[in-house]
This record gives sequence, C-alpha cells and structure tokens, in this order.
Amino acid sequence: MKNPAAPTLSDLKQMYRALWRIRTFESQVQRLAAAGEVPGFPHLSTGQEAVAVGVCWHLTREDTLFTSHRGHGHTLAKGADLQATFAEILGRDSGLCRGRGGSMHLVDAANGVLGATGLVGGNLPLAAGAAWAAQAKGKATVSVVFFGDGATGAGVFHETVNLAVLWKLPVLFVCENNGYAEFTSREEHSNVKHVSAFAAPYGMPANTIDGNDLPVVHAAAGDAIASLRRGDGPYLLECMTYRMAGHFVGDAQHYRSKEELAAMKEKCPIERLKRHLIGHGVAESELEAIAEGARQEVLQAVERARAEPRPDPATVLEYVYSAPSIAAISG
Amino acid sequence: MTQTFIEILRRALDEELARDPAVHLLGEDVAAGGAFGVTKGLAQKHGMQRVRNTPISEAAIAGMATGAALCGLRPVLEIMFIDFATLSLDCLVNQSAKYRYMSGGQLTVPMVVRTQAGAAGGAAAQHSQSLEAWFTHVPGLVVVAPSSPVEAYGLLKSAIRLGDPVLFIEHKRLYALREALDENAELPRIGKARVARAGNDVTVIAYSAMVRNALEAAEELARAGISIEVIDLRTLVPLDMATIAASVSKTHRAVIAHEAVQNGGLGAEISARIGSELFDELDAPVRRVGCPFSPIPFAPNLEQALLPGTPNIVRAVRGLAG
Repeated sequence: MKNPAAPTLSDLKQMYRALWRIRTFESQVQRLAAAGEVPGFPHLSTGQEAVAVGVCWHLTREDTLFTSHRGHGHTLAKGADLQATFAEILGRDSGLCRGRGGSMHLVDAANGVLGATGLVGGNLPLAAGAAWAAQAKGKATVSVVFFGDGATGAGVFHETVNLAVLWKLPVLFVCENNGYAEFTSREEHSNVKHVSAFAAPYGMPANTIDGNDLPVVHAAAGDAIASLRRGDGPYLLECMTYRMAGHFVGDAQHYRSKEELAAMKEKCPIERLKRHLIGHGVAESELEAIAEGARQEVLQAVERARAEPRPDPATVLEYVYSAPSIAAISG
Repeated sequence: MTQTFIEILRRALDEELARDPAVHLLGEDVAAGGAFGVTKGLAQKHGMQRVRNTPISEAAIAGMATGAALCGLRPVLEIMFIDFATLSLDCLVNQSAKYRYMSGGQLTVPMVVRTQAGAAGGAAAQHSQSLEAWFTHVPGLVVVAPSSPVEAYGLLKSAIRLGDPVLFIEHKRLYALREALDENAELPRIGKARVARAGNDVTVIAYSAMVRNALEAAEELARAGISIEVIDLRTLVPLDMATIAASVSKTHRAVIAHEAVQNGGLGAEISARIGSELFDELDAPVRRVGCPFSPIPFAPNLEQALLPGTPNIVRAVRGLAG
C-alpha cells in the first residue's frame, strides 16, 4: 500500500526539529537528574525519537495516546508543552499533572496524551478501551499505544490483542523493540525474535520496520493509521530501535560491550535523518540552524520550568476522588 | 410485587442503560445473561454493542473499562467472582484508582466493577472469599457492599452515576432474597450508612450479608432484653464515621461483624477509629466478629463450622452487655 501523504522536504525538516527537541529534552532530564534535581527515576527515550515523531505526525489532537514508563518523547511528539512537561518531571505545581504524576505518569488530556504508566504493559488495555469508547461513540479517532518489547512477556499483551481484534478496535500497537527489557537482552527472555510474530495467530496485520529511519517510520505509521481510520481494526507496528540511554538515569550499563556502545552512533536516528536530508540537497548549515533552534527552545523551557514553584503541601489531598461528598469524607 | 436481588440488579442496570447512552456493560457471558443471570435479556433490549461479552481476560477487560471510562463511557464491568479480581488488580490498583490523582484532576474513571463474593453452598476456597479489605486499602477506589435487594438497587444506580471507580460487591447468599421496591425512594448518597435497626444497648456495625445476621441477632437479643442498634455501612470506602459515632455515643458499646477474615479486616480499621476518636464514649472494648484465619473449606459442614454468623454476633454482644 502506498502512503498517499509522503512527506515533503519541509515536513522532514520539521520532523528533524522534533527529533532534536526530544533529544535535548532527554539530555536535560539526564543532566538535572545527575545533579539531583529530578525526583524519582526517569527513563530516557534517547535514540528512539524517530518512532515517536514518525507515528505522532499522523495523529490529531483528538486521537488518544498511551505510553510506557519511557514516554517523554511520545508526550512531546503528541503536542504537550515543553515547559509544562519538564515542570511535571521536576515536580512543579505548573507541571502537566500539578506535580502528582512525574516522569512515569505524564498526562496531557487536552492534547490526547492519556497517559504513561509505570507498569510494563499496563497501558495496552487502556488504549484498547479508549478505542472502544471512540467506536461506541461513532468517532473517527484512533488510539495509539507505545510499549517496549519487554511488555510482550506480560499476559495482558495477549489478552488485549485478542480483544482488540475481536472487537475490531481502532488501536495501533507500536512496539519499540529496543533490544532490552530493563537490563536483559531480548534473546534471554523470549524465543520469539520479532514481536510482530505475535500478531498473525490473532489475525492482526503487523509490520516490522527500521524504527530509527524516520521516513520509513512515517510511511509505515501513515499506512497503519489510515487503515485504522478506515475501520479495518487494530494493527501492530514493530519498530526496531535502540535505547541509547541506560534503563534509567544512573544505570551503569555493565551489560553492554564497548563495541556495542561504539556502534551506537551509526544507529542514531538524528544522524540518519541528517544524512537523508543532506542527500536530498538540504544544506548542513540549515540543519544545524534547525537543531540549534530546537535546542534553544528546550533549554529556555527547562530554565523556566526550574524557576516554577513546587506544589503547595496543603493541596496534597486534592484529586483523590471526583465526587465532592466523598472527597470530604475520606481520610 | 417482590423481586429477587438478581432481578432488582437487572432492573437497575436496565434503567441506567436506558437513561444514559454512556453506560455500557461488559464481562464474561454478560450478553448471555451472566453466570448468575443478572444481565439476562439486556443485550437483546439494548444491543450487543452496549452489553458486550468478553473473553476470560480479567486483566484486559479491567483495563479496557478503565480506558473507556477515561474517554467518556461509563462502563459497568462484571467480574464473576471477587476471587477472579486478583487478575484485574494491576489495573484496578495501579491505574483505575490513581488516574484522577496522578493526572492532577485532568481525567476521571467513572466505572463500576460489579462482583460477587462471600461463601455459600460449597463454592470452596477460590469462589467464596471476602476480599473487600484489600480494596478499602487503596485510595481512589470506592467500595460498596449492599445488604439487601432494595439497597442494591439504589446503591448500584448511585455508583454508576458517581464519577469515581467503584467496586460493587454482591454477596451470593443474598441473590435469591426477595423484596419490593419503593418506587418513590430517593437514591442513596454514596458514603452514607443507614441505621437498619434502632437500639440503645450495643451498636453492631455490619455490611453486606452480615447485616442480616446482625438483624437476626438483634431479634434474639431483644427477647433477652438487650437492645441492639444495627448499622448497615453500605459503603466501606468512604466510611461513614459520623453515623457510627452517633450510634456509639448512644450505646457506648460496639461490635463489628463481617464475614471476611478477621485478621487485617475492615473491622480492625473501624475498631481503631472508634478507639481513637470515641474513646471517652466507650464503656467496654470494641469487639470484632470475623472469619477465623483459614481458607474457606468445601464440605458444607466444614464451611458452616468456619463461617461467622448470627450466634457469633450474639455471643460478642452478650460478652459486652453482660
């Protein structure tokens, strides 16, 4: 199937900028986490940016997105505000979730980011449920869920795929196969090399692609989302990618060889899109200007977020229940 | 006209499906009526899209109900036995309960999980448990445990309209009971207990099927000249301490009765709160009636030997009032 909306050079330059926004954002999370400014243990998506950008390019604000513990990039690619997202990760009152969620629980409902989760695989059925709600209301929106290859070890992955196919739900399962489940390589935890192989028994279309090649991700995601919008039911897109960061900030990564770390740059989606664009006649200086613009935008948002106040401890019991009568009685 | 607990639940669901297009039922066999017949005929009346059968996938269906609730549906999920809710716990505890809080109030989860609990008729160790205390320990969840058909009708309708995730626990021992609905009764407010029988000497606090035992005990004790006030909690979270306090301030003695294992049960929490908040009102220590620390056995005579019932409440009250 040919993707009717092949990206123009202008589109690709915009996506190049989006990659740099995420890359810089993650490097700032890493920097400030190392400095002790980030509470908890954030998980970085460095190296996996092309999946977030290539998929979310096709989504509208009304489409719903669910992500995993490694969800900063998806949240930004779906349209969340840089400053509010960073402020949340810093535990600030002006953060997306008023400092109640943090890195692993980002929600930006206004932009359709219905949430990240700290439980591996936990958001798969929620995404199917969001797709069910769209179907029940006769809406044309789609639901997308990003998850790692490690999530296929959870039974709920199989339960959800089965149900999504049975109910013909408009849900796109995007697996970011980065080769690691926490600290263990895929070979050690599954005999099934490709996650897309799980789709066939349930009768779901699937594709395994190079997730670090942005034009490839863009095209494959465009085709998959178009099929969802036509009402063809769920789709599994397995994006082979590479987690350039550790499992969490501070992970010493003893499980990786020096050779592997050295080969990392070759896999970098930003480097690859840069080469692609230069090959299509874009000047390197223009790309550097785009990257610098993105870096400055992020750095300024980060500094503004750092200056924001923390939540008022007196508000700590807000938001437990919605019913006012219960909020008053509980505790 | 009287109706059974099951028929009255069906009527409440039927009316809520008709009232609000956001209400959807899902669960194993619900389109076929469900394992106990609660949803019988509802798929035919409201359509297979509103009353949906699911595979035996408790983790996924709890998650789907939650995701749909985030997006504006009001799902009513049937988990056939509360024992099977163990398979839904990741979602219910880590997601449904916390979504509103974790999102800083951006999203809510208006869903009801109907489930059936308690021991009766040799259902044995994996189909008889009373696991409500687990859920009362999770901030964000509401836990409702009706004691009669009429109570179930109003509480289920209120739960569906609430806007927070509710675990709605139906005791299998109540399913065949018959009562007549008061057509003009107002729907109960979630979080408000009721005084099921007024009395002066001892307060018995109970919920679900144990309210019936408490009322039986009250009859028996009345013949001995002991006046029991029975409080039906209706909702375990939120806990209506105001109603408990009003009663204990009058009787100065309290017994808490539940079928669940006594160790770590809700009775411990209520007892602690009475002890700390109403210490000056008490003339005697708070007593608890609960199940001994054992799985539920299969053989009917063993089941009967284990389960707390009316005689246990009578003994506990006599121990206080004597």
